[in-house]
Amino acid sequence: MFMGDTYMVDVHLRGVVKRFGKTIALRGIDLDINDGEFVVLLGPSGCGKTTTLRIIAGLEKPTKGKVIFGNREVTYLPPRERNISMVFQSYAVWPHMTVYDNIAFPLKIKKVPKEEIDKRVKWAAELLQISELLNRYPHQLSGGQRQRVAVARAIVVEPQVLLMDEPLSNLDALLRVKMRSEIKKLQRRIKVTTIYVTHDQVEAMTMGDRIAVMSAGKIMQVGTPWEIYNKPANVFVAGFIGSPQMNFIDVTIEEAQDGVNLVSSDFTIKLPQEYISLLKDYVGKTMILGIRPEHMYPLGYVPANLQKKDKIKGVVDFVEALGSDTIIHLNTGSKIIVVKTSGTYRPKIGEELEIVIDLDKIHLFDKNTEKAII
Amino acid sequence: MSREVLVKKSDIVKYYLRKIIIAGLVTIAVTWVALPFVMTIIYALSDPDQYYDPHIVIPTRYTLEHIHKLIVLGAWNATINSVIVAVLTILFSFAIGLPAGYAFARYAFKGKDSLKLFIVALRMFPMMVIAVPLLVLYFKLGLADTLLGIALAHTAMALPFVILITSGIIAGVPVEYEEAGLVFGLNRIGAFFRITLPLALPGLAAAAIFTFIMSWNEVFIAAVLSFQNRTLPAFILNLIGGATDFIKFAGAFIMVIPALVFVFVAGKYLVRMWGITLK
Repeated sequence: MFMGDTYMVDVHLRGVVKRFGKTIALRGIDLDINDGEFVVLLGPSGCGKTTTLRIIAGLEKPTKGKVIFGNREVTYLPPRERNISMVFQSYAVWPHMTVYDNIAFPLKIKKVPKEEIDKRVKWAAELLQISELLNRYPHQLSGGQRQRVAVARAIVVEPQVLLMDEPLSNLDALLRVKMRSEIKKLQRRIKVTTIYVTHDQVEAMTMGDRIAVMSAGKIMQVGTPWEIYNKPANVFVAGFIGSPQMNFIDVTIEEAQDGVNLVSSDFTIKLPQEYISLLKDYVGKTMILGIRPEHMYPLGYVPANLQKKDKIKGVVDFVEALGSDTIIHLNTGSKIIVVKTSGTYRPKIGEELEIVIDLDKIHLFDKNTEKAII
Repeated sequence: MSREVLVKKSDIVKYYLRKIIIAGLVTIAVTWVALPFVMTIIYALSDPDQYYDPHIVIPTRYTLEHIHKLIVLGAWNATINSVIVAVLTILFSFAIGLPAGYAFARYAFKGKDSLKLFIVALRMFPMMVIAVPLLVLYFKLGLADTLLGIALAHTAMALPFVILITSGIIAGVPVEYEEAGLVFGLNRIGAFFRITLPLALPGLAAAAIFTFIMSWNEVFIAAVLSFQNRTLPAFILNLIGGATDFIKFAGAFIMVIPALVFVFVAGKYLVRMWGITLK
């Protein structure tokens, strides 16, 4: 019996490569998605996330590699034999059918008995609060309503895998926030394996059980939102997640008596003794230091429980007052460091500031491989 | 706060002058298009005496005599022939042209643009040059003086138009609708017939009507390839050479009326095909 008791499946991509003529869209994607999991493919436009989704759907065939659902390889199966459903970016709600017929269509194709179709359409419509729209045509609906119809059509077929391609990108900001939580709740309720494509990091962080961050046809990191934010595996992920963007500063590693010095052209940051073992291969070499704007504090706004800290100095170059937050652009000599602090704090331009850095939250990346070392 | 508002008289004059000029231009354009139709209809139905009376421009007495005469001479059969040829032309040209148009719209393949150009270039071939060899070929194939033969020739003429227009119409149906069909249980053919075709139908209907009118009006090939089984234009061309003026007008009248009816019926679809929606 359906309605909250969906049969789920795990999804695996093995070495998936996709070429379009001479351009390479995917350069070898390996991804394992557990049954019932909500995985977000996140990345800038052109990174291959939609191509990955279309390959899982069967709308594209990979040039190389395998797509596996459960214990069955589906690489060569057409979409209709994969037991999936999809919400398209443009919704793709068929304009020549009523809302009812749109939702019922996939069931009619499967020759589900009429009473059963009626029951399921009404169930889906109720779940998405579009029961009163069933007799309308898509052109009589708003974007948000059309989007709900697309989701209703996608879940009514009892899919093993639900694919969503930027379903919220055409909605206005308020509705997007509302639908974000609604889709997430819906997914929890029907427990369907869901793969969701977006370029919006807030959507990814709030909705995904796990996030796969993609760039230039490769997966840069797969992890929970917490891992992606706190333990970025490389410079790309560190820079892509978080707003304002993480500060990146080239530093030279120098061993000192009681710790490690990170020497940049503008300032030196002192790390305690325990970092020596981690960084001993890099002594004398250049690394990329990454500090998030929200992990630096002006004096007077430093949390009391900060364990390891150091200070840098600079002159206020520019201030963005966002109300809840204040973004300070700090000129440290040759660099601008962005600091995010409480909205109550309003430094003046030209003012000299001392900023405390939370050393537990810093990241150090290998300059050549751009991989995270700390 | 109130202040003096200045009204320039020249502004008002300019405003109305512009309106008058636009109205004048519209009148000229409408007359340009409508006058031949009006004249044709009036003189096709006019009384012979009044037609030849130099003092009467617009006759007051009307008769169906000329049209009746044409029908007696075989215009009715020719009309039926024309309809058959036109319908066959639509069937053939869409049977070949629609899949081709679909392929142009939906697939990327090597030489697509050159192929498209080549299809248009076919239209540059002068009909005069191929008419006689075609007739010889038709004799060998037993197609000479058959409606099927004329329809095939018209299909060849209409095909470039049908391919290009249908590819434009199909390209106008977002591919996501079709992909949604594939995802939700259809195969490619099913997705075409149940999703794309219904959505493309208004445009395709317009294209079909254009094809109909092209075949309906085509006289040269039809006249060369047929002797007994003439289509309406070929029949009229053959007949009116030595006929009186009002018979000529009656011929034009019979030719024009079905085309006019089609255009009016298809009006809203035609408008949509050019990308303007009047709702």
